[in-house]
Amino acid sequence: MTTTTDRPAPQHTAERTGRIGAGVFNPRQLLTSLPDALRKLHPRHQVRNPVMFVVWVGSVLSTVFAIGDPDVFTIAVALWLWFTVLFANLAEAVAEGRGKAQAETLRRGKKETVARRLAPDGTEETVPGVSLRIGDLVVVEAGQVIPGDGEIVEGIATVDESAITGESAPVIRESGGDFSSVTGGTTVLSDRIVVRISTKPGESFVDRMIALVEGARRQKTPNEIALTILLSTLTIIFLLAVLTLQPIARHSGSVQSVIVLTALLVCLIPTTIGALLSAIGIAGMDRLVQRNVLATSGRAVEAAGDVSTLLLDKTGTITFGNRRATELIPVGTSTADDLAAAARLSSLADGTPEGRSIVELCARRHGLPAEATEAESAGEFVPFTAQTRMSGIDLDGRLVRKGAASAVRAWVTDQGGESADEVRAVVDRVSAEGATPLVVAEVVAGTPVVHGVVRLSDVVKPRMRDRFAELRSMGIRTVMITGDNPLTARAIADESGVDDFLAEATPEDKMALIRREQEGGWLVAMTGDGTNDAPALAQSDVGVAMNSGTMAAKEAGNMVDLDSDPTKLIEIVEIGKQLLITRGALTTFSVANDLAKYFAILPAMFAGIFPQLDKLNIMNLATPQSAILSAVIFNALVIIGLIPLALRGVRYRPSTANALLRRNLVVYGLGGILTPFVGIWLIDLLVRLIPGIG
Amino acid sequence: MAGLLQVGVLLAALAAVHKPLGDYMARVFTSTRHLAVERVVYRAVRVDPDREQHWKTYAAGVLGFSFVSIVLLYLIQRLQSVLPFDFGRGPVEPGIAFNTAISFVANTNWQSYVPETVMGHTVQMLGLTVQNFLSAAVGLSVAMALVRGFVRSRTDRLGNFWVDLTRGTVRILLPMAFLFAVVLVGLGVVQSLRSGVDITSVDGRSNHIALAPAASQEVIKELGTNGGGIFNANSAHPFENPNGWTNLIEIFLLLVIPVSLTRTFGTLVGNRRQGYALLSVMTVLWGAMLAVIWWAEAHPNGPAALLAGAGTEGKEVRFGIAGSALFANSTTGTSTGAVNSMHDSYSGLGGGGTMLNMLFGEMTPGGVGTGLYSMLVMAIIAMFLAGLMVGRTPEYLGKKLGRREVTAAAVTILAMPTVLLLGAGIAILLPGTSGYLANSGPHGWSEVLYAYTSASNNNGSAFAGITVTSPWFQSSLGLCMLFGRLIPILAVLCLAGSLAAQKKVPSTSGTLPTTGALFPTLLTGTVVLVAALTFIPALALGPIAEALA
Repeated sequence: MTTTTDRPAPQHTAERTGRIGAGVFNPRQLLTSLPDALRKLHPRHQVRNPVMFVVWVGSVLSTVFAIGDPDVFTIAVALWLWFTVLFANLAEAVAEGRGKAQAETLRRGKKETVARRLAPDGTEETVPGVSLRIGDLVVVEAGQVIPGDGEIVEGIATVDESAITGESAPVIRESGGDFSSVTGGTTVLSDRIVVRISTKPGESFVDRMIALVEGARRQKTPNEIALTILLSTLTIIFLLAVLTLQPIARHSGSVQSVIVLTALLVCLIPTTIGALLSAIGIAGMDRLVQRNVLATSGRAVEAAGDVSTLLLDKTGTITFGNRRATELIPVGTSTADDLAAAARLSSLADGTPEGRSIVELCARRHGLPAEATEAESAGEFVPFTAQTRMSGIDLDGRLVRKGAASAVRAWVTDQGGESADEVRAVVDRVSAEGATPLVVAEVVAGTPVVHGVVRLSDVVKPRMRDRFAELRSMGIRTVMITGDNPLTARAIADESGVDDFLAEATPEDKMALIRREQEGGWLVAMTGDGTNDAPALAQSDVGVAMNSGTMAAKEAGNMVDLDSDPTKLIEIVEIGKQLLITRGALTTFSVANDLAKYFAILPAMFAGIFPQLDKLNIMNLATPQSAILSAVIFNALVIIGLIPLALRGVRYRPSTANALLRRNLVVYGLGGILTPFVGIWLIDLLVRLIPGIG
Repeated sequence: MAGLLQVGVLLAALAAVHKPLGDYMARVFTSTRHLAVERVVYRAVRVDPDREQHWKTYAAGVLGFSFVSIVLLYLIQRLQSVLPFDFGRGPVEPGIAFNTAISFVANTNWQSYVPETVMGHTVQMLGLTVQNFLSAAVGLSVAMALVRGFVRSRTDRLGNFWVDLTRGTVRILLPMAFLFAVVLVGLGVVQSLRSGVDITSVDGRSNHIALAPAASQEVIKELGTNGGGIFNANSAHPFENPNGWTNLIEIFLLLVIPVSLTRTFGTLVGNRRQGYALLSVMTVLWGAMLAVIWWAEAHPNGPAALLAGAGTEGKEVRFGIAGSALFANSTTGTSTGAVNSMHDSYSGLGGGGTMLNMLFGEMTPGGVGTGLYSMLVMAIIAMFLAGLMVGRTPEYLGKKLGRREVTAAAVTILAMPTVLLLGAGIAILLPGTSGYLANSGPHGWSEVLYAYTSASNNNGSAFAGITVTSPWFQSSLGLCMLFGRLIPILAVLCLAGSLAAQKKVPSTSGTLPTTGALFPTLLTGTVVLVAALTFIPALALGPIAEALA
C-alpha cells in the first residue's frame, strides 16, 4: 500500500486552520450574470423548480392584470414579482458563472493535441488526439502534450501537471507501480514514454472536470430532492390557504383582487430557499473545486457530511512522511558526543530523509557542522543496500557504520568485536516504544566499538490532537491505518490522539474494516492512491483518490484531490456539512419569515371590513397598498441579500450537534422571524412616498 | 381554585397510570402468546396470527376492514326497523346513515342526527359501540406499526394487522371499558335498555325522558377518543355525565391512552426518554391551550358581559367554567369530540382555541394511536430541518429521513389541510350555505370552519349553530372524515415500511439528541408554526376577527 508522494502539501492547506473560508463574492458578478439570468426566465427552465414556477406563473398573471387595469400599485407588484423570479435566476447564474470561469481556464489548457500513435508493427503515425481509442499506444517525448488519459507502459518521465493541479513542480511518472497514470493535457518535460490510452475522447479527466465545475449535468442530490419535496408541500399548503381565502373573503363581504392574492401567495411560499437552493448546491461543489478537490457527484459531497468514520493513513496524514531522529542513546564507554560525531559522520552522505534528520539532530543538539567539511568529503562513502542494511563512511582508517541492529551487530562481530548486552537492551526498549533503533558502530584502530543507538521516530504533525478532538465532537471516529507493527502503531495512536488504529494493515484488512464499519451503520471515508487501494476506495462511502495515484484508484474513488494531500479529507467533511447546514438554515429562515408577512398583508387585506384586524398592523404600515408592496419587495430583496451567504455557506465551526442546532435556530429561526418585521417596516417608509401607494 | 384542584387531580392520576398502562400496552403488542379468545377470532377470520405482514398487506387490511365496517354500519342503520329495541324509530335515512357510518368507522363520531329519536339501542350497541372499540383499535394498530418501523431494521415485516386489532380490543380497550363502566354506573350514569320513562311534570304536561345503555357506551366514547354521545346533549346530559366526579373521570379517560402511548413508544424504542420528549410537547401544548381557553371563558368581553355571566352561557352549572374549559380543551386535543358544553357559545378566543387544538392535527395528545403517529410524523418534519441544520443527512431514532420518508410525512401533513380547506372553501362558496348558519359574519364562517376542522381531524365535536343535514354537508363532511383518516393512515404505514427496511444508524455526538430540552422545544415550535402558517388566513376572518372585536 502506497500512501503519499514526496511532494510537500501545498502551503494553503497545511496552514489552514480547518475553517471553511469565505469564497470571494464580487457584487459585479450580479451584473455580468444578468444575461444568463434573463435567459432563465424561459418557462422550460422555471418548471424545474416548483416553488419558483409558482412565482413565475404569478408574475405572468399579475402582468396580465396590470396591463388590463394599469394603476401604480398593480404595476409595482407585477414588476417586483418579476424581480423575484429574476433574482432567483441571478443567484443560480452567479453560482454557475463562477464554475464557468474555472471551466474556461481548464478548456484553454486543453489544446488540440496531435498524437504519435504506435501501430502494431512498431511504426509511428501522426493522428489528431481526438481520434484516439481505448487501448491505443502513443509515444510522448519531452516538450509534447500527452494526448489522452492513460497508463505508462514503457519509460519514465517528468511531467508538468500544472494545467490540472495548478502546481508548478513537475512530478515523476513511470511505468509499473502506483505512479504510472498520466492525464491528458499535461506536458512531458523530459524523457520519452509510451502511454496506453484508457479513455474515449470527450470522456477524459479534463472533460469530466469541465462538466463538473460547469454544473452542466448537475443532478439533484438525495437531500436536495427530499428538501424540494418538503418545499413543494409547503407551496401546496399555501396555495390552498390562499385559494380558499377568496370564498371566505366573499362571505365576509370583501372580495380581494387577484393581484393581492398573488402577492400574498408569493410572500408565503418559501421563495427564499426555493430561489437559492440550486445556487447553494453549485456553490458547495465550487468550494471543493477551490480546494483542488473534484467530486464526481454532489451525492459524494453530501455523504462527506454524514461520515462517521475516517480512515487516515498514518504516514503523510498523521505523521510527517518520514521518520526522524529524535534521540541519541550512548552505550558503554562512549559519550553522547562520541555517538553524535559517529552518527553524523555515518549519515553525511546518506541522502534519505532519515539520514538527513540524523545530521540535523547532531547539528542542533551537539553543535556539529550540518555540512560535510572538505576533509570529510574525501572519505569513501558506503551506501545503504538491501543486502548490508547499513550505510557509513571510511575515513582516515576509521570505519563508521550505522544501520539495523542485527546488521551492525553482525558487522561488529565480523570485525572481531563484541556487542554488549546493553546494546541489545536499549534496542529492545526503543523497539518496544514503537520507534526504530539504528545502531552506530565504529572501528577505531582495528577495535570495533558500539557507540550507541539512534532513535528514529515518527513525528506527529502539530495540532493533530486538537483536530481529532474536534472531529470527535462532530461525532466522527478516526482510525489510523498503518503498515507498522501494533506496538509502533499504538505509540503513534497515543501520541496523536487518534481514536483507533489498524496495524500491519493489508488491503484486505482495510476492506474488512470498512465492511465492518458499514455493517454497523457507519459511513466511512478514506484516502488512497495505489491500485491495491482501489477496492477499498470503491467500497467506502467517500473515497478520495490522490491525483498522484493510479488511474485505477482515481476511477474507484468518488473524489480526486489534485493536491494529493490526505489531510484534506477533514476539510471535505466540513464542506459537506456546511452544504447541508446552509440549506437547512435558509429553509428555516424562509419559513420563519412568513409570520411577519401575515402581519403585514392580512390587516391590509381585511382591516377595511374588520377594523379590529388593524390591531395586527404592528409595523404601522402606511396603507394597505404600501403594506402589500413592501412585503413583496422585502421578499424579493432578501434573495439578493442572501446570495453571498448561499455562495459562501453559513459559518461552520466543528461542535456538537446540539450546539450547532441551538446556534442556527437562534440565528436563522429567531432571526428569520424578526428580520422581516424590520425589513418590511423600513421598506414601507420609502414605499409610502410613492404617489398612488402611500 | 376548585378548577386548579381538578387539573391537579387529573395530572396526578395520569402521571400515576401512564407508566404501568404504557408498559402493559408495550407487552401486549410484543407478546408472542395468543389468548384462547383471540385464537377463536383468528380461526374465524382465517388469519395465521404468527405470520407478519408487509406494509402494503397491513394497509390493505386496514382499508378492507374499514370498508367492510362502513358497509355493515350503513346496513345496520338502514335495517333498523327489523332489529329489536328500535322503538319504532324506523330505518335511518340514507344521508345520515352514510355520514354516520363513515363518522364512527373513522373514529370521528360526528353526529348529524339526534340519537334519542333516530337510533335505537341495537344500532347503538351493535353498530356504533362496536365501532367505538374497533376504530380505536385500528388507530392503536397503525401507531404500533409505525413504532415497529423505528424499532426494526432491514425487514419488510411490520406485524400483523389482525393480531394488533384483536389484541388492542381484547386486552386493552375491553377490560378498561368494563372496569370504568362499572365505576360510572356507580356514580350515577344511566345504563338501561328501556326507551325511556314517561313522567308528568309539575306543570301538568307529560314528558318522555329517554333512557339508554349509556354507561357502557359512555366509557368507550371517551376511552377510545370517539366522542359520539348516546344522547344528543352528549356529555352535557346528566345521564351521561351526572356530576363533577364523572366529569373528571371522563376527562381522564379521554387522555389516558394517548398519554400512556408515549410511554409505550419509549419502552419499545428502548429509550423511555424518547417517549417523554413527545409527552412533554403534548403536555406543554395541552397546558397552554387550556390556559388560553380557560382565561378566555373567565374573561368574556367587557365588564357588563362578565357581570351578566356571559362566560357561563352554554355551560352546565354543575361543571362550571373550569370543568367545561378542561373538558373542551381535552376533547379537542384528543380528537374525541365529546362535549360537556356548547363550543358555539365560547368567546372568540376560547372557541378559536378549541379550533386551534384540532388544527394542530390532533396530537395534543391526540386520539388513541393517531395522536402518537401524528406527533411522530411532525417529529420527522422537525428533525428533517434540524438534521440539515447540524450538517448531516437528517435522521430520527437512528433512521435516515430521505426522499421516501419525507414524501410520506409530507402526504400525512398535507391530507388534513387539503380536505379541510377545500371542503370549507366550497361550503362557504355555495349559495345555500348561509341559510344553514345560525350567524352571519365572522361567527358564521367560524361555524363552517369548525365543522370541517372537526370532520377532517376526526374530532367529531360540533360548534352547533350550523345545520348539517343537507346532502352537501352530509356527503362533504363524510368524505372529509374518510380522507382525513385514511390518507394519513396509508402514508404512515408506507413510512413505517420504509423505516423498517433501513438499517439503524448508530448515534454519535454528531447526531442530534432527541431527548434533552432542545428537541421538544423545536417540535413544539414546528407543530405551532405549521398549524399557524396554514390556517392563519382562515382563522383571521373567523375567530381572530371575533376575538379582536
